[in-house]
Amino acid sequence: MTKAKAPAKPVPIRVLIAKPGLDGHDRGAKVVARALRDAGMEVIYAGLRQTPEEIVRAALEEDVDLIGLSILSGAHMALIPRVLALLKKNHAGTIPVFAGGIIPDEDARRLRAAGVRAIFGPGASLEEIVTTANALARSAA
Amino acid sequence: MTGSPRLPPAAGAILRGDRRALARAISAIEDGDPSAGPILRALFPRTRGVPVIGFAGPLGVGKSSVINQLVHQLRSIGRSVAIVAVDPSSPFSGGSVLGDRIRFESRADDAGVYFRSMASRGAAGGVAAATREAARLLDAAGFDVVLVETVGSGQVDVAIREIATTRVIVLVPHLGDEVQTLKAGLFEIADVFCVNKSDLPGADLARRDLSELVASGPRDAGWKPRIVTTSTTAPSGIADLWSAIEAHEAYLDSSKSRQDGERHRLAIEIVGLVRDRVGRDLTVRLERDPALRRLLDEVLARKIDPRTAAERLEPLSRRGA
Ligand SMILES: Nc1nc2c(ncn2[C@@H]2O[C@H](COP(=O)(O)OP(=O)(O)OP(=O)(O)O)[C@@H](O)[C@H]2O)c(=O)[nH]1
Ligand SMILES: [Mg+2]
Repeated sequence: MTKAKAPAKPVPIRVLIAKPGLDGHDRGAKVVARALRDAGMEVIYAGLRQTPEEIVRAALEEDVDLIGLSILSGAHMALIPRVLALLKKNHAGTIPVFAGGIIPDEDARRLRAAGVRAIFGPGASLEEIVTTANALARSAA
Repeated sequence: MTGSPRLPPAAGAILRGDRRALARAISAIEDGDPSAGPILRALFPRTRGVPVIGFAGPLGVGKSSVINQLVHQLRSIGRSVAIVAVDPSSPFSGGSVLGDRIRFESRADDAGVYFRSMASRGAAGGVAAATREAARLLDAAGFDVVLVETVGSGQVDVAIREIATTRVIVLVPHLGDEVQTLKAGLFEIADVFCVNKSDLPGADLARRDLSELVASGPRDAGWKPRIVTTSTTAPSGIADLWSAIEAHEAYLDSSKSRQDGERHRLAIEIVGLVRDRVGRDLTVRLERDPALRRLLDEVLARKIDPRTAAERLEPLSRRGA
């Protein structure tokens, strides 16, 4: 199902990219943001140190089709499920969430079980991320 | 009173403060989705004509940071505020990285603030149309003030002329070439100059340069642009900035300029809408309608020139349906 019925140009996918938690840098997130832009998406870049509350608020205000979270440390194991829970609470549980970063297999398994739709390790290609992001956004629309 | 039976559900939800409904309606406007029309129609009578403050200026001068501080200022005096921040779309991919939200710091549970990022999606005129209609929804949704940040500098920023009731041009010390930009278009639309990054050396000089520009400016009487200096790193001058904006808004009320300005902006908007509709319709017909295709054939064969074709097309467009 597409978002609009055959307009002259397809409606761009809107995606929120944020990095929850207090630590780290956002170089990886910026690279992904630019790749998604180059694939024709509108990327709302919320930057570093976002709380789950701020991320969900941004997602709702910006009416995004998709949320990408950059994760670097174990603390995010608590933060990402919190994002998912808050989305559900706000009747926005259908917005797909993907994550990227250095994530041990066991954590990845737990995040998937919690509802994260795709997880990209440091080895993932930008092409792979873009393709998956496209598919996730289109499937949710 | 939200009890009108004809109100589309989305419009009712927006009036009740439903932020998600508001966000979706703004998307519908941006996307050219037909669902936007009935919502805008239903909510237009509910708009109060709240101040729409436009912020324009060169890349990286601190527009978003100033807006962030101003939001704190407005919240501290009990005003609710909505922000629309526009960034350019890539001409190549059509995508965009919308980064103004990075500077936005607000309590996540503060219902008195709404922040929306927008991509310009092509033509400057288009930004103006979507931003204007979004501002209208925000007005109807009950926000006391709407702040609009526009892309880059120069020609594009002139789009805020068609939207804002007060226009703030943000600059930094060491204007240099920016003064040329000012002369090229920004200057005559400024109601307030905000010299930001006043923690850096040269702010006083910049202020003096601007005063001279203002004094020699082509403005006719009425409002003389104010100049304020601000810093967002060690926040200062933000209350002055708001005072200058309020002074201009008060001037609009005292001088009938508000009504004249609104009339003028509405005239531009309505003509623009007609142009869009007629243009879209004509483009399709020119390419499909056999009679009109012949006109195009004549131009292609160099028998008539495009201007002549346009002259012939215009009455045809009126006769058709
Ligand atoms: N020294 C100093 N730096 C500032 C001040 N205000 C903003 N900055 C810095 O200037 C840079 C750009 O700030 P933004 O607020 O993003 O500027 P902008 O005009 O919105 O930028 P664009 O939207 O990209 O055109 C950031 O690194 C800010 O930290 C200030 O008052 N003093
Ligand atoms: Mg900005």
